[in-house]
Amino acid sequence: MPEQSSLDQAVGLSTESLSPGRLAYRRFLTHRGAVVSVFVLALLVLWVLLSPVTARYGVNEQVFDISQGANQNLPPSRIAWFGTDIIGRDVYSRVLYGVRVSLVIGIASAVFSLALGAVVGAIAGLKGGLFDDIVMRVTDIFLAFPFLVALLVIRNVFGKVGWITWVVGTQGSLRFMVFLFAIFGWMSVARVLRAQVLSLKEREFVEAARALGASNTRIIMKHLLPNSIGPMLVSLSLGVVGAIVSEATLSLFGYGPDPGTGATSLGLLVSGSKSAVRAGYWWLALYPFAALLIITLCVSFIGDGLRDAFDPKHGGGRA
Amino acid sequence: MLRYALRRAVWLIPTIVLVTFLVYVALRLGTDPVASYRRTNIRVSKKKIDQYIAANGLYTGAFGYIRGYFSWLWGFVTLDWPRSIKGSRDVFATLKDALANSLRLGIIASLVGILLGNMLGVFAALRPGRLRDTVVNSSALVGLAVPPFVSALLLQLLFAVYWQKWFGYALFPVSGVYPPGHQGFNLFLMLKHMFLPVVVVSIQSIAVYSRYMRASLLDVLNSEYMRTARSKGISERRVLVHHALRNALIPVTTLAFLDVGAVVGGLIITEGMFEYPGMGRFFLIAYGNGDFPEMMPWMVVIIGSVVVFNLLADIAYAKLDPRIRLA
Repeated sequence: MPEQSSLDQAVGLSTESLSPGRLAYRRFLTHRGAVVSVFVLALLVLWVLLSPVTARYGVNEQVFDISQGANQNLPPSRIAWFGTDIIGRDVYSRVLYGVRVSLVIGIASAVFSLALGAVVGAIAGLKGGLFDDIVMRVTDIFLAFPFLVALLVIRNVFGKVGWITWVVGTQGSLRFMVFLFAIFGWMSVARVLRAQVLSLKEREFVEAARALGASNTRIIMKHLLPNSIGPMLVSLSLGVVGAIVSEATLSLFGYGPDPGTGATSLGLLVSGSKSAVRAGYWWLALYPFAALLIITLCVSFIGDGLRDAFDPKHGGGRA
Repeated sequence: MLRYALRRAVWLIPTIVLVTFLVYVALRLGTDPVASYRRTNIRVSKKKIDQYIAANGLYTGAFGYIRGYFSWLWGFVTLDWPRSIKGSRDVFATLKDALANSLRLGIIASLVGILLGNMLGVFAALRPGRLRDTVVNSSALVGLAVPPFVSALLLQLLFAVYWQKWFGYALFPVSGVYPPGHQGFNLFLMLKHMFLPVVVVSIQSIAVYSRYMRASLLDVLNSEYMRTARSKGISERRVLVHHALRNALIPVTTLAFLDVGAVVGGLIITEGMFEYPGMGRFFLIAYGNGDFPEMMPWMVVIIGSVVVFNLLADIAYAKLDPRIRLA
């Protein structure tokens, strides 16, 4: 087999010494689905980021075509690539803006929950004791609860607290959505990080650092977190998808971002298409669905590749 | 073993009481039950409102929350449940029907998931890294990545809307358990209505179980005692069935217990999409109306099932795996 030598390197059999990061990178490259997903997702993100150039109309701008009288519910054509919606807006441009908003919601929620969850999980794993018990019980209860129910109940409670709505906006705002998903997202991150820290803290290098008089903060920042980069990246990818899908689910049941603000999101596009499709306007559902699926599939495959790359024991087949 | 189970069981009731109290506070803060009662029943008399407050224990003030919770709890335990604010329905009867519908849907879907998922997981794990492994693993990833509402909408479109357009009739109905106006029990109609929701839920559960089983079996297959069993000269078949599968099933069993616990809560998204009158839809409607007398008993059922099945999962795990030390 000609690939034998690169395969050997990929599983760490090479005689040349490589850093764990480089090894992980090489293992990631052997996961074909993940590599393809990175390219597809990068292309989509680039396309969306360039929406001032790539979009053909504004988010609420109507398509006016001189040759045809009406501009509502037009099937895909040269004038409107993905067709137009019930009030004559270009679906292609709206999908671009929707993906942009959904990506912002997904990435912002995932970053916030990662930051919060990593700190809480690291402290809980390192210190143990009462703090650890409380954190684990709270996350136990929330994770066992039906996710959507917990989300809806908490949404109502925080929506009533004056200073929270003053900081993150009212229930229908995008900032409130990010806040809501971050409030939930940190828990699974904290559990992953705690497990990682529990296994790391008994290692010699942490003991050595402690013997040299390093403080807890230093041990967390310099030793535990950098060594947890793999699980953190996996959590981040899961968090992005989780927030995007949650936003779409909430919108579908009418508890998503307020459509009155003028911005749109994938969730709003998907929920808006629910009744239109029954009337035969399939393009209103197809393109938002396709965008949503491309994002969730790509991020799932990237997450799988990252897991294999950083934890060669699981998956990958060579177990 | 029995002592461990009993010691854990003693904590059941306090846990349920504490969590329901927290939920009670959260629901009162979040939905303002008195305001939503007034909103739903506009011309209601002062006397009725006072009755409603007393029946649900909605007293104000910090102490009122504690007093109110216990007065509500007493009414709940003695089955003296207040009626729903919308349409003044008997909550017990509605909740019972919803629970039965959800269990029927959830248990069928779980069985499909457990059977097919585990079989696929074993199938994949026996040849790690080969074509069948890649196919099963990637399809499971795809199955997990497709949100349930997407698969629900696509199935509805295909089997109802477009089937109607192409062939003149809908292959599967898209909502409810029975056609509107239907009376009595009819197994065929019921299964026909359940088919699409079961498919949507099964996609997810097959994906979950196949991945879980694959990882678990791979773990076992790489352990030292597998080598020992083989070197003793036991037949490959016996090694796989008696040594590998039995051990690989331990974590899968606990997952199945947790799953059944979650089924009680209904499959909210699927039920919402198919207008299936189960627990999930019950909650969505109650939440939409701000119906405190409907939401509280629902929460108690959910919390109870989650806590009880968590306990059962732990006990099953300890019972099946003799290596677990009971702390």
